[in-house]
Order: sequence, then C-alpha cells, then structure tokens
Amino acid sequence: MKDQFSRTIQTTVTFLITAGVLVLAFGGYFRSASGTLTGGLVSVQDWFASRTQVIQQFLAAPGDLITLRARNAELEAQVSQLQTQVIDLQQRANETAILAALVDFSRASPESSYKAASVIGRDPSPFLHYIIINRGSNDGIRRGMPVVTNEGLAGRIDAVISDAARAQLITDSASAVNVHLRNAGTDAVVVGSVTGDIGLELISQDAAVESGDIILTSGLGGGFPPDLILGQVVNVRKLPAELFQEATIQPAVDFSRLQIVLVITNFRAINTVPLVPTAIP
Amino acid sequence: MRNLIAIPLLGLATIIQSSIVGQLTLLGGTADLVLVLVMAWALQEAVTTGFQWAFLASVFMSLISSLPWFIYFACYMGIVLLALLLQRRVWQVPLLAMFSVTFLGTALLHMATYLYLSFSGRAIPLADSLGLITLPSILLNMLVAIPVFGMTRDLANWVFRTAEPS
Repeated sequence: MKDQFSRTIQTTVTFLITAGVLVLAFGGYFRSASGTLTGGLVSVQDWFASRTQVIQQFLAAPGDLITLRARNAELEAQVSQLQTQVIDLQQRANETAILAALVDFSRASPESSYKAASVIGRDPSPFLHYIIINRGSNDGIRRGMPVVTNEGLAGRIDAVISDAARAQLITDSASAVNVHLRNAGTDAVVVGSVTGDIGLELISQDAAVESGDIILTSGLGGGFPPDLILGQVVNVRKLPAELFQEATIQPAVDFSRLQIVLVITNFRAINTVPLVPTAIP
Repeated sequence: MRNLIAIPLLGLATIIQSSIVGQLTLLGGTADLVLVLVMAWALQEAVTTGFQWAFLASVFMSLISSLPWFIYFACYMGIVLLALLLQRRVWQVPLLAMFSVTFLGTALLHMATYLYLSFSGRAIPLADSLGLITLPSILLNMLVAIPVFGMTRDLANWVFRTAEPS
C-alpha cells in the first residue's frame, strides 16, 4: 500500500516536472539552451554533409565529364546547324526581298513580260563588264533582250546558249544607250567606260541640264524600250568651245551587287544597220 | 593518266574566277586565277604539259568571256613559252621566276586585250587601263601567285611521282 502510494507520487511528480519543462519550453525560456544545442548539431551535420558531397562528386566525376563532353559536342553540333540555318534563312530572306521588289517592278509595267534570272558569273576580263545569267534559249531568252532590275536598266543580252546567257552591262565600254532627260526635254547618249563608270554624252548645248535630273531610255534606235530608268545626273560639264555638254551619272542600279535580274522577253531589238546609208560606188 | 586532272582543275578554276575572284576588285583590276594557275604549272620542273594546260585554259576562258578565243589562246601559249624560258634562267629561285612570269604574263594578256578592244572601236584611255586595271591586276595576281605556286608544286609532285612507276 505504501509502495503504491509512493509510485503514484513519483508518477505525479514526473508528470508535473514534464509539464513544467514543456510549459517553460513553449514559453521560450529554453531558447538559448536549445539554440546552442541545435546549432552545434546543425554544424556537425553540415560538416558531414559537405564532406559527403565532395566525396560523391569525386567518385562520380569521370562519368559526369564523359556525359558533359558528349552533351557539349551535341550542343556544339546543334549550334553550328542552327548557324547554318540562320545563314540559309538570311539568304532566302534577301532573295525574297529582291524578288518582291522585282515583282513590284513587273506589276508597275504590266505591258512587258519578264523572265527572272540569277547572276551566276561575270566576265573574267577586267576590261569588260558582262554578266552571265542562268537562263538561256530554252527559257525564251534571245539576243538583244533588255536586262533590268527593280532599280532600272542593267544591260542587254549579248550571247545565248541553251541554259545560260551573257548580258552586256550598260557600264561596258562598248555600250551606248539612247536616253531622254525629261526635265531638260532633250535626248542624249549614256556610254560606259573601261572602269565601269557611265557618262552622259551628246547633250545639246542649248539644253538646261541640272544635277538630279532623271535619265530614262528614249527608245530611239530600237535597242531598248522607252522609259526605263538609268540614273540621275550628278554634275554637268559645259564648255562653250565644245559641240556638246557632258555629264556624270549616278547609276540607278548597283552593278557590284547584281544577284537577280529580269529579262524583258517580249521586246525584240531592232537591227538598224541595213537602214544606215552606205556610199554607192 | 593523272594529267587529266587538268580538265576538272581548270574547269573549277574558271568557275571560281567567274563567280568569286572576278568580284574581288582592286580599283578596276581583278586577279586572274586561271592565268596564274597556268603560269605556276608551266614553271614546275617536272611538268611537260604546260602547253596542253594553256590550250585547255584558253578553251574554258573563251566559253565564258566575250573576248575572242584567239586572244586567250595566243596569250596563254606565249605565257607558257615565257615561263619555260624563265624557268631555265632563274631555276634556282622558282618563286622569283613565278613573280617575273606573273608580272610579264599579266602585262602581256592586258596589252593584247587593250589592243584588241582598241582595234574593235572601243575608246579606252591608256592611262586608265594601265593605272586602274593592269597595275592593280598585277598586284592581285602576285598575291594569288604565292599560294597557287605552292599548290601546283604539290600537285606536280603528286602527278609525276605516281606517274613514274607506272
């Protein structure tokens, strides 16, 4: 009986102490002590964890390197493939822009029919200014047909084979195009040169030509259709002692960047040679 | 048999000349890859097919150029002859011979072109053609001559070393 009473008291005291400790703990009275204890435990655990990670990384490193190298190679291949695609797309965008401009040009002159052609080469001689295009007699290209871009007149077909043709640019030294200056109301001739510059010659002394005047083909001589733009007058050279004025021209077409051109296929150049009077013996 | 490499090689050189090299200009001048290739080949010691290369090159160039075939034919043949003459005299310094032939060969081709164009009625100022076309072309050809000479030397070694045992 006495033992049972003392056990009850012990149990009660134990509960009371436990309850007191819990009350004190929840009341925050053990915070500093528990902080010190848990802080120490966390530090120890952190030390062990970091060492374990280092050891794990060391053991797993060779496998990771191989994987990373393979991944790197894969990504590099992907990057180069994407770069190729970007270049290809840029080129296509460029071609599309040129073609769109050419379509606009052909819509603006619906009376002519056109055949688009890519410039695939140039004359190897630096004295001559010719281009080679990838359309020939199989595509209806004939000698004498004018070659234009959306910017203006580029030249005319000089020689044709089945799948290619050679065009003489208006910058060639043998080229001469009859032109009309609308503002001045006069005709003249645009001639090429060996350096690739073009000049305006045979302008009447009476004509009031000014810089900025637009030069259009006149259609005289039957070599080119009328009203194709050639360029703009830059400056005029007028000497009273000379028969004609001369002028330098800013060409409308950038001849160094010719990529795609249009051939006017429904124009036939007229051969005026038989009409030139010859001396009768 | 290995000499037939001339056909694809000169064909490829003509295409590269027309599509790429011809667009890289210095003033009005351009390098002439085919001309330099023919000169470099003719200057190689073991080579005996210089004239055949000149003939093939003139055929290829005549196909794409508006200059008449006989200009290329005569000039290339003359240049090979010049190369053979110089090779015997300057045999100890092949690169010097290459530069000399490049200078003289380019000048010869341009002179022939100038004369032909002048006789055919084109007004070409001599000063312009000399200063803006011929001299820059000579400079560009000399720049091209160094790698082309090395390449043709390797090619000649390959052709004649493998051709000898058979």
